[in-house]
Amino acid sequence: MSDFVSRLPKIYGMYTGGFIAFVVILAIAEQMGLPNVWIGYVFMAATIGLYAMIGIMSRTAETDEYYVAGRRVPAVFNGMATGADWMSAASFIGMAGTLYAQGYDGLAFVMGWTGGYVLVALFLAPYLRKFGQYTIPDFLGTRYGGNLPRTIGIICAITASFTYVIAQIYGAGIITSRFLGIDLATGVWVGLCGVLVCSLLGGMRAVTWTQVAQYIILIIAYLVPVVWLSIKVTGNPVPQIAYGEVLQQIGTLEQQLGVTAGHATPFAKNDMVNFIALTFCLMVGTAALPHILMRFFTTPSVKEARKSVGWSLFFIFLLYFTAPAYAAFAKFEVYSNVVGQSIAALPAWVASWSNVGLVSICDALDAAATIKGCAANGNGDGILQLSELVLNADVIVLATPEIAGLPYVIAGLVAAGGLAAALSTADGLLLTISNALSHDMYYKMINPSATTKKRLIVARVILLGVAAVAAYAASHAPATILAIVAWAFSIAAAAFFPALVLGIFWKRANKAGAVAGMIVGFGITLYYLINVKFFGMQPWFGIKDVSAGIFGIPLGFLTIWIVSLMTREPAQEIKDLVEDLRYPRLVRS
Amino acid sequence: MSAPVTEERRKEYWRRTLRITAILLSIWFVVTYVVIYFAVPLNQFSFMGFPFAFYMGAQGALIVYVILIVFYARYMNKLDREFGVAEEG
Repeated sequence: MSDFVSRLPKIYGMYTGGFIAFVVILAIAEQMGLPNVWIGYVFMAATIGLYAMIGIMSRTAETDEYYVAGRRVPAVFNGMATGADWMSAASFIGMAGTLYAQGYDGLAFVMGWTGGYVLVALFLAPYLRKFGQYTIPDFLGTRYGGNLPRTIGIICAITASFTYVIAQIYGAGIITSRFLGIDLATGVWVGLCGVLVCSLLGGMRAVTWTQVAQYIILIIAYLVPVVWLSIKVTGNPVPQIAYGEVLQQIGTLEQQLGVTAGHATPFAKNDMVNFIALTFCLMVGTAALPHILMRFFTTPSVKEARKSVGWSLFFIFLLYFTAPAYAAFAKFEVYSNVVGQSIAALPAWVASWSNVGLVSICDALDAAATIKGCAANGNGDGILQLSELVLNADVIVLATPEIAGLPYVIAGLVAAGGLAAALSTADGLLLTISNALSHDMYYKMINPSATTKKRLIVARVILLGVAAVAAYAASHAPATILAIVAWAFSIAAAAFFPALVLGIFWKRANKAGAVAGMIVGFGITLYYLINVKFFGMQPWFGIKDVSAGIFGIPLGFLTIWIVSLMTREPAQEIKDLVEDLRYPRLVRS
Repeated sequence: MSAPVTEERRKEYWRRTLRITAILLSIWFVVTYVVIYFAVPLNQFSFMGFPFAFYMGAQGALIVYVILIVFYARYMNKLDREFGVAEEG
């Protein structure tokens, strides 16, 4: 076993080299005339085949392996797996686009989705690892006693994870359908197969080692085009440093174009209160999403769990601090080479993406009526004004290879990266949902005498069922679902964070308090979300629906505190359990 | 090293844990929320060619987060050994 662990750096080193060689060979093949369609096919087949191979090699019939990868994932590798688990299609494809559109105001996502790891490190990861069970509902059930806290935990975990997993399968479906030339519904099912080959056979073990492989692909795919763009625009190969001067040039261009709220101007698109509330909800939500927290059950020790949070954030940081650079370079290209050109002389990528419907040129006098995506009529002067250009946020990352004039193989690479991001997150989420049902509900509550073999069969059947339902939802009602994905953060934050943190830091917190707190946090958040979004309720203090957790989180804490003090103290053995959590190894006198 | 840890030492360990948690959390709060609150005036300053508040949101705060977590891991691992509660004994 330790032999396997010590060989990991070598295995993944060779894998990375092999992947780069693969891309280079494809690039050469492209120059020799391999058609673009084939490059798409080869990328999809090779990466999905690779994940399947890792999945098959990691198949397992042991519970510890299936649920927590044998608890021997070293900190660095758990960091990479957490990074891939964490970064979804939204991070990979959507984040740079949001930053392009919103400038400073998009940074709420950058800070929110990284700052949350400070909370994970300080309040949760080491203590949950010391607790040493399999799932988050396990912790709630043991700490607060009885099936009620566990059941509420299961419901919250499934609600938060399910909306999120649908979006991932949908994202995987878009990418496969674009690059394989099949329709979206079929693409969704192809993407689903890519998810299932890993998680079904080997559970957490297969998912972990696949996620490490997926992280390597997605980070290479993200960095290559933006480094290229950086060299092209500034001559500096480190885009994260180089885009400072590009921001200044953007500022100059904005003045010429008459843009009043510049790229770096705070609170142009979102007021300060909502910006702070959103950042806070995303942070606390990060620290409460069960599929992330359960990754810290897989490290060999508390010490490794602490280190592992650092590695996780470092690997996530690599992508997140590149995203604003991505957005800045794209904006610079658009402002200097697209806006103000005559319509006939626009770069080729504008035309190719308008065909897909992600870019719209609205110069025509009747644009709003005749051209898809145009909200207003243009002035018909044959010159593209800034207001006549409509860009879908998702286009920024996907079109950058073409904006920078890179070979098609890079576009294939970016697609493979996006697919890796979507599949890895979907894997982690599906596993969370099926574990909640098979381990927490079936084994712990319905049939505690089930044999290991039976438990794992039940886990796999449930996994298949959940995956099929998610894929069905993804291919039928994606619009509504994408709109509510951000809710997962507020829901998880309000439902779990208070009960988890107080469960560790306050011995007096008891079952009644936790149950009431979780119901109030979850209930208020859901009530606010649904009423503001669908029933036109007047927002409280002008807070937007995505930041609903700003009410649910403090109310959750308050409820646990008040109800716990009004009811009986927890038993001495529970207090001893909490005491034990606080020390990595405790020998009592 | 499997000697029992006295009640008093245990309390001291937990007190130090809570103290470092509070200190690091305050830094986290300042680099995130205080900077956001003063974003407009802070953007007047330039840092490495970036407006300062933008830089903090896009890179600065993130770098501080990584440092906070790495520092916490090291501090706690040292504290474990000092108080005889480290796992490897």
